[in-house]
Amino acid sequence: MNAVVTIVDYGMGNLRSVQKAFESLGARATVTASPAAVRRARRLVLPGVGAFGDAMRELRRRRLVQPLLERIRAGVPFLGVCLGLQLLFETSEESPGARGLGVLAGRVRKIPRHPATLKVPHIGWNQLEPSPKTDCRFLRGVKRGDFVYFVHSYYAEPVDRAVIAAQTTYGRTFPSVVCAGNVAATQFHPEKSQRVGLTILRNYLDAAC
Amino acid sequence: MAGLSWPRRWPLLAKRIIPCLDIARGRVVKGVKFLGLRDAGDPVEVARRYERDGADEVIFLDITASHERRGTVVELARRTAEVLFIPFTIGGGLRTVADMRAVLKAGCDKISINTAAVERPALICDGARRFGRQCIVVAIDAKRGPKKGQSPCGLPAGRQGTVPFWEVYTHGGRTPTGLDVVAWARRVERLGAGEILLTSMDCDGTKAGYDLALTRAVSTAVSIPVIASGGAGTLAHLYEAFTAGHADAVLAASIFHYRQFTVPQAKRYLHARGVPVRR
Repeated sequence: MNAVVTIVDYGMGNLRSVQKAFESLGARATVTASPAAVRRARRLVLPGVGAFGDAMRELRRRRLVQPLLERIRAGVPFLGVCLGLQLLFETSEESPGARGLGVLAGRVRKIPRHPATLKVPHIGWNQLEPSPKTDCRFLRGVKRGDFVYFVHSYYAEPVDRAVIAAQTTYGRTFPSVVCAGNVAATQFHPEKSQRVGLTILRNYLDAAC
Repeated sequence: MAGLSWPRRWPLLAKRIIPCLDIARGRVVKGVKFLGLRDAGDPVEVARRYERDGADEVIFLDITASHERRGTVVELARRTAEVLFIPFTIGGGLRTVADMRAVLKAGCDKISINTAAVERPALICDGARRFGRQCIVVAIDAKRGPKKGQSPCGLPAGRQGTVPFWEVYTHGGRTPTGLDVVAWARRVERLGAGEILLTSMDCDGTKAGYDLALTRAVSTAVSIPVIASGGAGTLAHLYEAFTAGHADAVLAASIFHYRQFTVPQAKRYLHARGVPVRR
């Protein structure tokens, strides 16, 4: 496999582990903050941890929003990870007033906490429950109950529930994988989810351009 | 454990088993009561072995760094990130946002701060604002206040007789601060800590069990995950930390390093007793 993956660097989070995970699968992965490089990308990955509003501000400041939207519309395989999933939506309770990429309709909400039983952030290994109807190719080989690694305090609430390819329960049930055509995103960190995570990244690499 | 039960709607979130690798001068060591160090191998090799075994995360604590002011452990982060596909945390001697950035940028997922957080609590908010609170683990070394009687390690919470008090220590357990552990835990949560790594200095190295009253006191006082540390000697001790102690994760070093038990053994033991673990 010699796929070239373009990882978008906008100053938020641990890009190196995402890059390393792709490299371990035999792909070439480049990290870039250049709008021109994003416009040429054949596969786009938007990782990131941090606050929704800060992330959008950084994407705008680096003039990455339009190139990202253009490539997504052009149909290149897109993978959002963690904050990269949330940024696909329109708004977030984390940063009132900030506009997301708006690729998917919906908003991002805070996980309600409950002392001693439901701690926030939701940190650790939790289980995937693929939607019965999903035909998301990124989930090939992923079984119900497989564990993946989460670190987040917010979750997405899509308007169109058909985009939910897998869900996870933490107090309430939230989408852990969204999938809509060429766009896929995980609320968990596939690059930190050992075997199951690497399977999902491999599926992403296998996706035809 | 009589009288204990899981919450009715237990989240599927797995309880984590986190091997801790104490690092001194680039080698894994394990201290007994914060003293007497024994060599246990190359950190990256040991971490990889734990990943293969099913450890949920790995924590490296550079125990030489804080008092020798030896700067950061960027090289360790870089080497580990090359080969590890589970989360890892590095702590020890990180004193500034720039230190944190260097280690996170090298591929580390979370940083753990202890002495620096006590000396300058603003470091917690600065780090959380810059990198997200999920990156910021505040380590608390706790020691019981003066009291008579038996060792607290492994005793069910609430059976120690007197109302316990724990004091925060810094500088690898050498400096008392006068801070109350539970109050400090609440404060670091407000400041933006994403997790608390709670070590009982009384139990650390004893293999007599975690300080369950301490673990429970802190875990029920805050709404962020608490990692129990110090005292694990048997698999039952891990179980008690999750049940009586309400811990979200357990840290263990010597029981795994010297292969007294393996991580898969621990997971089988916990699973058989109804504790949700990743298998």
